[in-house]
Amino acid sequence: MPNLEHPAYPADALLQLESLVPCRESQVSLLLSIFGERQQFSFPSIFIYGHTSSGKTYVMQTLLNTLQLPHVFVNCVEYFTSRLLLEEILFQLQSCSSEAEQTSHVPCDNFNDFVRLFKQAVASQELQDQTLYIVLDRAEQLREMEANILPVFLRLQELTDRNVTVVLLSEIVWELFRPNTGCFEPFTLYFPDYSIGHLQKILSQNHPPEYSADFYAAYINILLGVFYMVCRDLRELQHLAALNFSKYCEPVVRGEANERDTRKLWKNIEPHLKKAMQTVYLREISSSQWERLQRDDGEPGQLKGLSAHTHVELPYYSKFLLIAAYLASYNPVRTDKRFFLKHHGKVRKTNFMKKHEKTSNHLLGPKPFPLDRLLAILYSIVDKRVSPTANIFSQITSLVTLQLLSIVGHNDQLDGPRYKCTVSLDFIRAIAR
Amino acid sequence: QHIQEDLNTQLFDNLVSFLRRSHSECQEKTTEWTCRMKSREIPAAALILGVNVMDHDLTLKSLSEVLQDNITPYIALLEAKDCPGIKNLMQKLMGQLMNCHIDVDSLEDEDYVQVSQNRIRCSMTSLVNWYKSVTKKTDSETPSKKRASSPRHGQSPPVVVIFKDMESFTTKVLQDFIVISSQHIHELPLVLIFGIATSPMVIHSLLPHSVSSLLCIELFQSLSCKEHLSTIIDKVLLTAQFPFKLGEKVLQVLINIFLYHDFSVQNFIKGFQLCIVEHFYSQPLSVLCCQLVEAKKRANSLSHDQCENIRRLPSFRRYVESQVSEKQVALLTADSVVKEVTQQLLEDLHVYHENYVSVLRCLHVFTSSLPKYPLGKQIRELHCACLENQVWETEEYDSSLQLARMLNKSDLVTMLQQCVEILVSSSGKEFDKTVEKLKEFLTQFQKLEAEAFQEQDVSISSQKELRKKTDLYHLQKTLLELKESRRSKKLTKFEMLRFEVVDYIDSLVRSYLVPADHKTLHEILYFNTASVLRAHLNAAPRTALHTALNNPYCYLKNQALKPDGGSISNKAPDICIVYKLHLECGRLINLVDWLEAFSTVVMAVEGPHADAASSDQVDDIIHARFIRAVSELELLGFIKPSKQKTDHVARLTWGGC
Repeated sequence: MPNLEHPAYPADALLQLESLVPCRESQVSLLLSIFGERQQFSFPSIFIYGHTSSGKTYVMQTLLNTLQLPHVFVNCVEYFTSRLLLEEILFQLQSCSSEAEQTSHVPCDNFNDFVRLFKQAVASQELQDQTLYIVLDRAEQLREMEANILPVFLRLQELTDRNVTVVLLSEIVWELFRPNTGCFEPFTLYFPDYSIGHLQKILSQNHPPEYSADFYAAYINILLGVFYMVCRDLRELQHLAALNFSKYCEPVVRGEANERDTRKLWKNIEPHLKKAMQTVYLREISSSQWERLQRDDGEPGQLKGLSAHTHVELPYYSKFLLIAAYLASYNPVRTDKRFFLKHHGKVRKTNFMKKHEKTSNHLLGPKPFPLDRLLAILYSIVDKRVSPTANIFSQITSLVTLQLLSIVGHNDQLDGPRYKCTVSLDFIRAIAR
Repeated sequence: QHIQEDLNTQLFDNLVSFLRRSHSECQEKTTEWTCRMKSREIPAAALILGVNVMDHDLTLKSLSEVLQDNITPYIALLEAKDCPGIKNLMQKLMGQLMNCHIDVDSLEDEDYVQVSQNRIRCSMTSLVNWYKSVTKKTDSETPSKKRASSPRHGQSPPVVVIFKDMESFTTKVLQDFIVISSQHIHELPLVLIFGIATSPMVIHSLLPHSVSSLLCIELFQSLSCKEHLSTIIDKVLLTAQFPFKLGEKVLQVLINIFLYHDFSVQNFIKGFQLCIVEHFYSQPLSVLCCQLVEAKKRANSLSHDQCENIRRLPSFRRYVESQVSEKQVALLTADSVVKEVTQQLLEDLHVYHENYVSVLRCLHVFTSSLPKYPLGKQIRELHCACLENQVWETEEYDSSLQLARMLNKSDLVTMLQQCVEILVSSSGKEFDKTVEKLKEFLTQFQKLEAEAFQEQDVSISSQKELRKKTDLYHLQKTLLELKESRRSKKLTKFEMLRFEVVDYIDSLVRSYLVPADHKTLHEILYFNTASVLRAHLNAAPRTALHTALNNPYCYLKNQALKPDGGSISNKAPDICIVYKLHLECGRLINLVDWLEAFSTVVMAVEGPHADAASSDQVDDIIHARFIRAVSELELLGFIKPSKQKTDHVARLTWGGC
């Protein structure tokens, strides 16, 4: 295990840091060596990428906090325009050293202002002797802002002529960022996914104080055995571990088993966890409902998940409209005549339909159809005479807003809008019942 | 017409209280959520509201009112059309939250508003700052101000954000908003409420797993709109309280629109209001359509014209004809007699309504549990059937009585008990006897039960006897005998009673459920012109356009335009001529041919003498008129220029539709 060693920082802080970031020692030591000592100029921009929840944000935060480096931490999703982003950076910069001073709002519209204000801020805070770190989390959002923002952040050190390092955190690789005008290449650093051993270690670290570490580690072992196949997201696993732990402890609390009796505990928890995988993990039922369920020890069958309520109540003609739309989407035009003109008996019609659906039309997806065809099919499948009232037309648009149909093509065309049916066969079956 | 206003307010009161009931459960949950904010999940409620999007507005508004009263002053209601981007969403959210805060303690915050108005900087941080400042302030203020609601708010009232009609939000906006707010959930207790029209699956289809895992969703199903409708019908139509009634056909039209087109309760209410307005507008005697006491007073002060109006009513005429001759004369000549009789008849009508409603409910109790529902499952269907004609003459009624004669005892007893409850609770005076009768039936049933017990005892004892006997043949024989005798005896007694009950109900129905149009003066209270309503509510734009163009007399009322056979008159407006000509063409229309035909029609009358001058060259004026008419048709969407041939246009509509 590479111990963190760096001459510039006190040993106890490093030790604390090491305990806080398990399984990321090599990355941290690399970062530290890039950062150098406080007053040294560092690399102008660093790009860190890795899969979801591989600890990028966490490592950066703990690193900067424990070593008490001056830094600004901004989430690019939250500050969705460049203006908001820049203002937020300046705001944090102002408040980062002097809390007492009432910081006023500084309008900052473009990068020119930003560089000027940035220099002022740094000068007023006496930060010249230290490297300032600007961390931009979820940096992939930067690509959607103005075109100049990414290149400028990458060479901020050069532009401002101050000791500053920009750190970009992202889930995607640098190649997807590179603007076509070319820019300064940052130093890229990859955070690999945690392995199962790493996950085990990290999860077991924060065990509840009333139980021993070994006991919790055994629990985590079981949990990972169930969930590792479907989920490697550390945050999700933490969430699941917290939710199901009380159930695991139940036999111990009741005195039926002691903490060493892992086999018994395993038997107790395993079906429970499997159930959890089907429900909580998919967010079929919310975690608070799950907790209540555990407390009551009731049957989960009583609680219907989100997907259980698939039935949709629709008005009479809307149903027919939707069915007509479905038929129009999946049947080719040339069969219309055969289906809807010759046979008026309903039985024959359905037979034909079923035969047809077996062919590969369903694999091709819905096809667009014009409004007239939809109405023609509607008239033929409804037994009674339907008058084309405004209500029918407004129902079509309301089906579009419900996302059961979708408009294809340009909106501005008044004549002959084309639609697509976006619901599945099962849904239509449920409606046509 | 002041009753109309009363009625509307009553209607909305009903609605709101109704909604309140359905959402009370939701509130409790919200308060509960406020305690568990520890995780990074945002508590969220998915409210399934059904497809009637128009009603959502009302529902969510009343929900937010309820929440505002009980839980938190900070509520924002976001609509999809206001939020095309995350920026607009944040702006809207900030605006609503800060405004509602100002509303709540409209104090010295003038400068505060100024500040928030000036900086358009809408981000979550400023929101969090605002929230902190507000909570701090309310904390310091509460001891001095002593507001009633503040103790319930607790230290940090949650901020509720309601998304109306979640389907129409763009996915990106929602995702971003959820991610952002999950970052700040520790500082800002946020609760999201999603109004969902179709099914909760849309949450999963709209949000990827990484985002939906940030939510802690609980599901609430609001009542289905059909039930909603039945309660409204129950409360508004099936009471004697409101004098205004709907005729059978009108009600049928309204219900059909509701069931066939949009499950919108609001539209139903609007249609109902339209009926009220139409009734008061078109029926001169509708002044008498008010509460009974008032109506009597007004009947006393009727003018001569109004009395004449009454005499002209068909139902009144029938009534007059049934009287003896000298009374007929008096009724037809003296106004005072008419007034008196009118008062009498109005009172009759009122009593009739009271009885009608309760008997209808009784009948519904009976019919709603029959297999296959010959008279309909809902009380509104029964109501329609009763209004339409004499219900006991229909086949369905016969079959339902047949079925009722086959009911088993426990069902019958519970039904009778329900009927007794309904009748007792109703205000009619004539029901005392009925109630007694029904109670008598009940006691008889109980007696029967007791007898049955005794018989069972007997049979048990006889069985004991049987055991003593060893002869197999005898045993079989006696068993058979026993069974037969028991069945015949018991069933006859029970059956007789059952027949009696059903007959009695039948007689009740016959005496009380007379359709309203058989009653004298029903025109005053009943609105029965369904065709007017249908024309107003069921707009048919294409048909209207077709008639307008095909038969201009219908709208222009010009004698010269009266339709004459199939020929095209040249006096009609140009556009009508062009339209009729285009109906005869195929998909592609040659403009030159069309123009040719047009000029022929126009020239038809003045033709003979003008013909020589412009035989092969069409008059410039006619040309211009033609072009104008064609472009008007294009504007109306009947034709469009085609790209296949330059001098052709394409037809867009076909025949009947």
